[in-house]
Amino acid sequence: MELYQSTIHELQDKIKEGKTTATEITCSVLQRIDAVEEKVHSYIRVLKEEALAAATDADKEIKKGNIKPLSGIPVALKDIVCTKGVPTTCGSHILHNFIPPYDATVVEKLRAAGAIFIGKANMDEFAMGSSTETSYFGPTRNPWDLERIPGGSSGGSAAAVAADECIASIGSDTGGSIRQPAALCGIVGMKPTYGRVSRFGLIAFASSLDQIGPFTKDVEDCAIMMNVLAGYDPKESTSVNVENPDYHQFVGRDIQGWKVGIPKEYFVEGIDPEVKAAIEESIKAMEKCGAQSVEISLPHTQYCLAVYYIIAPAEASSNLARYDGVKYGFRAAGGDLLDMYKKTRMQGFGAEVKRRIMIGTYALSAGYYDAYYKKASQVRALIKKDFEEAFKKCDVILTPTTPTPAFKIGEKTDNPLQMYLSDIFTISTNLAGIPGISLPCGFTKSGLPIGVQFLAGHFQEGKLIQVASAYERKAQVEKRRPGL
Amino acid sequence: MEFDAVIGLEVHAQMLTDTKIFCNCSTKFGAAPNSHTCPVCLGMPGVLPVLNKKVVEYAMKMALATNCNINSTCEFARKNYFYPDLPKGYQISQYAYPLAEHGYVELEVNGGKKKIGITRIHMEEDAGKLLHDEHNPVSYVDLNRTGVPLIEIVSEPDIRSSEEAADYLKRLHEILVYLEICDGNMEEGSFRCDANVSIRPKGQKEFGTRTELKNMNSFRNVQRALEYEIKRQQYIVENGGAIVQETRLWDDAQGATNSMRGKEEAHDYRYFPDPDLVPVIVDAAWIDKIRADMPELPQAKRERFISEYQISAYDAGVLTADKALAQYYEEVVAICAKPKQAANWLMGDVMKFLNEDKKTIRDCPIAAASLAEMINLIDAGTISGKMAKDIAEEMYRSGKKPQQVIAEKGMVQITDEAALAKTISSIIDANPQQLADYRAGKEKLFGYFVGQAMKATQGKANPQIVNDLLKKMLAGK
Amino acid sequence: MKLTAQEVEYVAHLARLEITPQEKEKFTAQLNDILLYIDKLNELDTKGVEPMSHAIGVTNAFREDNVVESIGTEKTLANAPDARGEFFRVPKVIE
Repeated sequence: MELYQSTIHELQDKIKEGKTTATEITCSVLQRIDAVEEKVHSYIRVLKEEALAAATDADKEIKKGNIKPLSGIPVALKDIVCTKGVPTTCGSHILHNFIPPYDATVVEKLRAAGAIFIGKANMDEFAMGSSTETSYFGPTRNPWDLERIPGGSSGGSAAAVAADECIASIGSDTGGSIRQPAALCGIVGMKPTYGRVSRFGLIAFASSLDQIGPFTKDVEDCAIMMNVLAGYDPKESTSVNVENPDYHQFVGRDIQGWKVGIPKEYFVEGIDPEVKAAIEESIKAMEKCGAQSVEISLPHTQYCLAVYYIIAPAEASSNLARYDGVKYGFRAAGGDLLDMYKKTRMQGFGAEVKRRIMIGTYALSAGYYDAYYKKASQVRALIKKDFEEAFKKCDVILTPTTPTPAFKIGEKTDNPLQMYLSDIFTISTNLAGIPGISLPCGFTKSGLPIGVQFLAGHFQEGKLIQVASAYERKAQVEKRRPGL
Repeated sequence: MEFDAVIGLEVHAQMLTDTKIFCNCSTKFGAAPNSHTCPVCLGMPGVLPVLNKKVVEYAMKMALATNCNINSTCEFARKNYFYPDLPKGYQISQYAYPLAEHGYVELEVNGGKKKIGITRIHMEEDAGKLLHDEHNPVSYVDLNRTGVPLIEIVSEPDIRSSEEAADYLKRLHEILVYLEICDGNMEEGSFRCDANVSIRPKGQKEFGTRTELKNMNSFRNVQRALEYEIKRQQYIVENGGAIVQETRLWDDAQGATNSMRGKEEAHDYRYFPDPDLVPVIVDAAWIDKIRADMPELPQAKRERFISEYQISAYDAGVLTADKALAQYYEEVVAICAKPKQAANWLMGDVMKFLNEDKKTIRDCPIAAASLAEMINLIDAGTISGKMAKDIAEEMYRSGKKPQQVIAEKGMVQITDEAALAKTISSIIDANPQQLADYRAGKEKLFGYFVGQAMKATQGKANPQIVNDLLKKMLAGK
Repeated sequence: MKLTAQEVEYVAHLARLEITPQEKEKFTAQLNDILLYIDKLNELDTKGVEPMSHAIGVTNAFREDNVVESIGTEKTLANAPDARGEFFRVPKVIE
């Protein structure tokens, strides 16, 4: 096995035993990037020199015996988290040349844990999309089938892990943007509870929905990453000052007697038969673990879409007002102030971003606040209550992550039911603020990954690690590698 | 036709916190452009606001001082619009759930009192500064001021004249300064005022169409602008026209308000609760703590001075205009127990010296204890009132205590009757003609002899004794 | 109740977006979709339901009034598309 194919925990062991070095690992990953990046295009920017320099420093520390949880581990960062002195574009023309003078809190934490930043990963522009096709820098391709999407908006982060172009990565999830690409790329992706991981330095899309989370090759690595990422941040007013357990302790525990909720509103027409079959196998695997599946109801599921498509664009329209060509980023030439604003934003933003800004601006415009945003916020409270009620009856909820495997680049499904379900499975999680994890549960006949999703109550990431780890052990999903 | 004016005022006051409302940048005025900035107040991608607790406490103080209800929960909202001095493309303010509401300020009007209602007080952030280039079609942006904390105080339309408006502003101003939460500097922009004004025929209940006035940078200009605007509106209505609802800018040089129409359009601010900030819960315990920390307010202090020290309303007004002056006054009275004299000396000579040097009481070289001592010495007869004037000046110039000045200048008052009689005797002998004239009936010459006696004793003679001796000796020598 | 082209122009102006005639048509259709979402939400009686602005009930997130050194003028202007001396420079509004 090559170093670049390893997991964090495997490399931690090797480093402790002196069997490898940070530089060796980093070089291995960089070589892998050289070999496949042209095909996959996971990265907007590969940080070759910076990574090698960081690896050299890491090796000095390791030699002194100063080994940290992520010492020598190459990690990719979705280009939505600010990295000091390194361009951060958010996949957009309007920020194509923006160099933040500060680090996001998660970047500071990863750095302090010894991580080697290997590159800024590709993404849908301003995190708006589910295919990474809207990036100003071109699409990322699914390592399992280069004609297909990796999912989005954190497509680059997911593809990089799946293609072994990094050992782990960071993404962001506003309506499923970590979990969906994790499923389509056959890896593990977690969206923590809202407020668990700091949003300071995360370029905002929808402030009340955004969360940062890890992509990893297995559940144990996810626990390791969560230990680094989680934590109260006084720089974020919505950060929650709650105890952070050692997530690693949940790995390897059994789930004897657990109740696994199966929401009836999620198991309806429109799921691809192969996905349906894989999920049914997953439920059986749960039962083999000693858990019991129980039917639950999330009665307001049908309203999730409407709530999301009012709240998210409304917040986004306000968050993106700062991109005006005055202080940073792209500015269109010529004209007076009004021309500058309009041309800058017309030329600087892609079509999908403009669409959502228009929707959001309209939803907040005079006279509509009560009818639209406020109403949606009220229904949102009902959606949250659905989950609170459900978790009285079960420990975790199991759902498919996506209704279909990855579709082809450029081809949007014309099946409205599938479009609906592809949002429903993940959106509700962000609306309620609860944590969710997606992990591989099988492959289609044509070799495309399928993901299963677990959801838990607020601040119950430990439960997610526990059930995902148990599932991973029991289900024994075949470990394949994309044939790049 | 007779008209009533209906005026409401919106005041923005910059809070005297060390740091901005949502980040830790300094709020100090006068720094080099774009030097008190950080990613947060610059509105860089990914940044988040965190509320400065002191801003809430200062706002609570103002709310209590103006008899407002402090809401147990308040929230921040985004006010969305595009302007180069607004980096995020929205201002963080409060909309549906402000910090405080339903208060009032009392004015003294026509010998009675009048309450001006305060609709609400809320917290918000200031914007940056835009400087326009005179010759080129460009503007320059300085973002030092973005994020400086403001409270907005909105009055009910209870004000009925430009004088009342100026009076209301002065009341608000002195409260803010007394609370030490704002330095009230209109020129530097830490205290700003916009006005809403309309007129209606006397007796009519409905309000007329109102205009908004901006760009008035002093109390006097607020008054002048309102006077002008009321007249302008009256003229239009009297001549059959209708008032257009618009924003007008006061032009100081012209002495007129001009319409902003065409330059500014009605804004659709799309207010919604800021998802990056969380509600502020103010409980009774916190309010009590703030209340306990409040100083005596100017109005209450004035009333107490009048009743406790038996000084006039005018004097009370002067002495309480500056909290430090009031404190100084009370220190003096505490030692000498002579409130009227203390008032006279403070308002007279001491303030004169300070004004000449453009100083305030805070920089007064005369310690309160020294002034009190001087007053006691006059009362004891050790020095005369006239001598005290010189002593006071010397105390001011040198910072020395009265006893020291007296000793150094040998300015002890002469009260020895025998010695004074001798001196007067010599004077009378030296002025036979005047003596004769006086005895013949020219009573005014008494002053001449007093002057001579003072001259001979370098002003140190006790005037009362001189008077008594002269009367006796001029009459019956 | 459908949106007119004028309303769409107004929204674009509010958002400071210049849009082409094709985009205007497209946006009109898409904004009209929102109305469908609203119809859906109006199926529910939400009387008395507190609007949920935050997923988790954090309150009173404060910081202390301590000055922290600013990043300085150079760093502030480093990303500016147009700067002059110590200022950002922008075109004026032409009246």
